Order: sequence, then C-alpha cells, then structure tokens
Amino acid sequence: MASTWRTSTGTTVPAEESSGDIRSRRRADRARRLRAGLPGLALVAPALFFYAVFVLRPLAATVQYSFYEWDGIGPSTWVGVDNYVRLFTDPELIGPIVNAFQLILYFSIIPVIFGVISAAIIRKFGSSKLALASRTVLFLPQVIPLVAAGIMWTWIMATNGVLNQGLALVGLDGVTRAWLGDFDTALPAVGVIGAWVNVGLCMLLMLAGMTKIDPALYEAARLDGAGAIREFVSVTLPAVRQELGVAIIITVISALRSFDIIFISTQGGPGNSTLVPGLEIYYLAFFSREIGQASALAVALTALVLIVVLPLNRLTRTESTS
Amino acid sequence: MSQTSVNHRAAGRRVVSSVALGLAGALALAACSPPGGEAEPTAEPDATSTGGATAAPVGDVSCPAEDTTIKAYVETGFPIFAELAAEFENQYPNVTFDIREDQFAVITQNAPRTLADSDTDIMRLPQMSDLASQGLLLDLDEYAAAFGWDQWPSSQLEQLRVDVEGRRGDGPLYGMGLNFSMTGVFYNKALAEQIGMTEPPATLAEFDEYLQVAKDAGLTPINQFNGGATGGLAFPLQGLMASYGPPSDINSWIYLQDGATIDTDTNLQAAEHLAGWIDSGYFAEDINSIDYSQMMSRFIGGESVFIFNGDWESGNLDTQMPGEVGFFLMPPLEEGGQLGAMSAPLTYGISANAGNPDCAAFFLDWVATDETARTITVEVGGSHPMGPVDAFMPEVDPSSVTAQTLAAGATVGENNGSMDFIANATGEIYAKSWTPNLQKMVAGEQTAAGMLESVQADYLEQIGG
Repeated sequence: MASTWRTSTGTTVPAEESSGDIRSRRRADRARRLRAGLPGLALVAPALFFYAVFVLRPLAATVQYSFYEWDGIGPSTWVGVDNYVRLFTDPELIGPIVNAFQLILYFSIIPVIFGVISAAIIRKFGSSKLALASRTVLFLPQVIPLVAAGIMWTWIMATNGVLNQGLALVGLDGVTRAWLGDFDTALPAVGVIGAWVNVGLCMLLMLAGMTKIDPALYEAARLDGAGAIREFVSVTLPAVRQELGVAIIITVISALRSFDIIFISTQGGPGNSTLVPGLEIYYLAFFSREIGQASALAVALTALVLIVVLPLNRLTRTESTS
Repeated sequence: MSQTSVNHRAAGRRVVSSVALGLAGALALAACSPPGGEAEPTAEPDATSTGGATAAPVGDVSCPAEDTTIKAYVETGFPIFAELAAEFENQYPNVTFDIREDQFAVITQNAPRTLADSDTDIMRLPQMSDLASQGLLLDLDEYAAAFGWDQWPSSQLEQLRVDVEGRRGDGPLYGMGLNFSMTGVFYNKALAEQIGMTEPPATLAEFDEYLQVAKDAGLTPINQFNGGATGGLAFPLQGLMASYGPPSDINSWIYLQDGATIDTDTNLQAAEHLAGWIDSGYFAEDINSIDYSQMMSRFIGGESVFIFNGDWESGNLDTQMPGEVGFFLMPPLEEGGQLGAMSAPLTYGISANAGNPDCAAFFLDWVATDETARTITVEVGGSHPMGPVDAFMPEVDPSSVTAQTLAAGATVGENNGSMDFIANATGEIYAKSWTPNLQKMVAGEQTAAGMLESVQADYLEQIGG
C-alpha cells in the first residue's frame, strides 16, 4: 500500500540524478518519515503499552497455556494438542457451543429487527418529545450494568415475579412457571434478557444511519406514490445497510461470548441447559483448575467468533460498495 | 491534505505497527517458559510429609508478646469468625485481626492463589485435598500434639487429614474447625401442628405421611434450594442414603478410597425415595430456580413446613423465629434404626506462607478450649464447638432450635452416623455432576438410577485424570 502512495506522490525524481543520489535520497526520505512518525508513536505509546500488557500478552499466554496441563499454581506438563482434541471429542464441551449459537437468535436477530423497526418509527416523529422519550427508554438497557440487568430480570421472571403476576392477571395462570428454572424455557428466558439489552444499541446505530439519508429521497419516493412500507424497504433499509452489518457483528459476538447475564441469572443451570462457552471457560479455570483446558476452549472460542464474524464483515463491505 | 502528510502517516503507521509487533513478540517470548515451572518427574516424594510445609517443632506455642497482626480470609454472611476474633483481641490486646471477607464460592476460586501469593495466616477452606497436596497448607500435626488435639474424638478431625495421594480421612492434619456443623430437617412448629405433627417423625414412613398430609392441606411441604449452580437436593438425598445404607460407605466414597462407589443398591433406594417425593409434589414447584437465600426467606416467612439445612442456621432461626422452629434428623427406616447426618468441621487452615503460624494455631486452640469462645460458638454459630467430649458447654434455652440441633449432634455421634458432604468428594463433583443431575431429576429428565450411574462415571473420570 505504501508503495502506491510513493509512486503517486508529487516528489518525482528528476531524470538527471544518478542512482547513488536516488539511494541517498531514499535513505533521507526514510529517516524523515521515521522522525515524523516518532511524535505519533510517542502519542500512542501509553495506550500501546497497556494494550500490549493487558491484551496482547494475555492472548499470547492463553495460547501458550492451552498446550499445557496446569492447575494454575504448581508445575505444568506439556501435553501438545491434547486439550484441543478433547474439545472435539467430549460432548460436554460441545453442548455449550450449541447453546451459544441458539442465543444468536435472541442476542442478534431479534434485536436487529426490532431496532430497525423502532428506529424507523422514531425517525418519523422527528425531534418531538415522544421521539426523545422512546429513544431514551430503548437505550437505557445499554447504560445499565449487565449484572444489574441480570438481577432485575431474575426478579421479574421469578415464580412470584411481575411477569407471572401479569400473566395470572389476564387469566394465563396455566403458563406461569419459574422461567429461569425450567429446562424448556431457561435458554429463551436468558435470551430475552440479552435481546432487551441489545435492542437499544441496534436502535441507536440505525437511527444514526437514518439521519444521514437525504430527505429528498423520501420526497421523491412519496411523489412516486410509495407508502410507508415501500419507503422503508426501498429507501431506509438500503441506506442503513452498513449500520445493519455493524449491529449484526456486534450482537453476534455478544451472543457467542455471553457470560455476565447467564452467570447472574442461571449460572448455566438448570442441568447445563444454559451453559455457554464463556461460563464453561470460567468453571474449567476456577473450579476444576484446568487452566490448560480452559485456555484451549478460550482460544477455540476466539477462533469461532472470528470464523463467524469475518464472513459477515465481508458481506456488509461488498454490499456497501456495490 | 497534502500527499506528503499522507505519506508520513503511512510511514508512521508502519513504524508503530512494527514496534507493536516487536513488543508483542518480546512479551510472548518472555512468557515462553512453562507456566508455574516444569513438572519434575524425578522429584521423589518425601517419606515424612506429603509435600506440605511442616510446622517447626513446638514447645509452648502462643502469640508473641509484641504487637501482632493476624491476617484472616473468611466467609462473609456468618458473623462467628468476627465475633471470636473480637473476643480474642479483647483477651490478648497485643493481637489484632485483619479480616477479609468473601462469599464461599469466591473463596473456593481464590483459595490456591491466595495461599500461594499472600501471607494470609488463617483462612476458611473449601475442599482441601488439592490445596494440601500442592503444599499450600501447613501440616498441623505438631500443633495437634502440642495442644492435645489428638486426644479429641478422632472423627472430628478425620475429614481434615489428607494423605500423600490426596485422599482424605487419613494422613497429616491440614485444617482445624471453628465448630462442627450438622444437617437435618428444620420444621415450622405452627405449620407442623396444623398437619397434626406434634413431635418429630420416628420413621421415614411416618415422615412420608406428614409430607402427604401437608400437601393435601394445601401447604408447600418442602422448600429446597436447587437453582443455578447449587443442587440443594443433595441434602435430603444424603440423609436418605444414611437411612437406607451404612454412612461409612458414603464416607469412603467421599474420601476417594479405592473401589468405592456411590452407585449401590441402598443408595439407589434412597435416590428413588427422593424421586418419589419429587413426583408426589412435596417440593415447591420452582425449586430449580430458587437459591439458598430465597429458601431461607420463604421458610422464615412461613411458606413451607420443612427445609433440609444445617445447624449453622440455628442461631439465625432462634433470632428470627424464636421458639417457632423444630429440628430432627432424617428419620431411620425403622424406629431407633440406623441414621446419619452430614457433619463437617467449619474448616480453617493455616497457610504454608503464614507470617504468624504459631499465633494462628494458638487462636484455633483457644476457640476450642476457652469458655467464652465456646459460648460464642454455640450462641452465634449455633453449632457444636470442637474439642474433647467432656469440655465446657454453655447453657442453652431448651426451647431453642439450637438446643435441638446440639442434642441431635449427640445422637449422630452415638450412631456413628457422621458423614462428610457428598458434594466434597472432588473439587468439581458438585458443580459438574450432582447439581445438573438433581436438577434434571426435578424436571423429569433423569432417573434415580441414571443419576447415580452418571455421577459415578464422572467421579471415576475426575479422580483418574
């Protein structure tokens, strides 16, 4: 990339200069660039230092640990890829991954759809007080710490919580249950908490995307006789394609690496029905004290997130340039 | 924006990225030695110890005369340690306690690192066989000899001994109890009267009848925590196991003795009995979503007749519902027959890195022998103090539940029915096996036989690997 910049610069080399001059000139160029880069480097150095110490180093250490059998305290034993082999052969370690993929529905698909629709509606209200109020209400879950959200929802979904009280009030006593303690409903119930949290983010991203749409497009569409739905499908949706991509990527990642909400509300129970990889890594590392196995699962989870997200990333990129 | 500035920026970016790469590489290289050091296959086990540090030979162990600070790491929510420490400071003014508190689950995770990296003197211990075999705990045998702990009933300290192979029940002493607690059935006296239960059931069949009467009367017979990562049905299950079969077999399983199995005929009968209670609807419908504190608040609020719990709540219940709570052990099959209870010392250990091990050991001995300390143990903790059989016991109000739990403790002792908790067999047997299986059983997705089979399979895998 840098070479194309160099050829396109205005500082072309005069034809009469000798090759030795060119070399020395290049060297001088390089030195100058380095000097010019130094202040920049100095500016990013503090951040870079923390990034290296708190992100890169742990990342490298995790990869290293994954090849050992280690209890976190005593001496360790090199086991090669054994920990990775167990990931693919132990059904107990595959269940959580399946659960994580199911959570994508709740953490990603539902909030994105709901976010687009609510943003489109809020945009219609323009800058009225109603728009401001609904924006605030929908975004609030993003501001609340996930732990608080988890605690709040466990109360709501408890046997005598607001949800069941509401259902009983309208005569639906038959469906009331301990939502987080039932094998059939625990995972969807946890998903609902995630959806509630992620809707605000999706809506805000969509709103940001929609504000940059030229109002003339809507006017033209209306002149052509388009209704509200036609307008949404033909004008709004294509314009926010890129924001849509970002929202999907962020929420899919949050589904795959989910931990906080589940740790607070169900701790993986009942009977492993809400166990996800993040929680399993935590249990392996801090309860079973199998640091190596936990690290291997963590590396695999990172790889899995990349495998799922990179194609999504490419998809939105090509769509936005086409 | 001029082309040159773009040029510079690109170059700068290259410099930055190469520096970043170099830094990451250097850090990665620095991390390349095996974590925690290489295992040394040649290291021969010391014949005299299991690798744990050994206390220096002691003559007259006590706290130093100069000002001393004891660093303690204890469980939050139970005031007993703080009260004992305050009284000790009172009697020995030159000693100060620096107490850090955490939830038990947090202590469980932190224990190895805290013991390895800090100079904590005295610490509440989770399942301790790993900690002992890793050499993180002080071998207390010398202190036991110096203070005469070895003259106490051996069952009190048996669970705190760990041998070279990491099996418990025998070997050097690595911990000491503040008291020893015991589990059984608490009942709400007013509700019990409603179902015609004026005194505790003498047999299991009689207990079943009361449960059915309570159910028919529209009451919730039992509330039991079984949600999240806490399979509280292990309490009644183990109680039933001791009614059906010998408690000593269960202990051998917990202590990882060779050939021990949980999947026996009598344990199957016990598990099936529990499954019968579930099917009959004796438990609250939502037990798979309730936690320990919810169970307690429901019981205190009069929402269930029974709970299965331990005498660590006796003091609390005597304060919250004075005179209204009764206690009995899980009844035997036949009147006067064999019974048992989970009974375990409230385990504290001294770190191998402790700064004041002598003073910490002196404190533990003081807790078991000082009359004021024993009074605090009973009144605040609600459980039986450690120590010799004929040691001082404080007066207890006979109508209190504390009096009943203390009496039950004596019954268990006479019956040789004391067992460690089945959740303590290995570090992960509770979270990985008992809890999910018990929760599945409540949901009708696991049978009694299937549960025992599955737990035994996990057990073998865990102790083998």
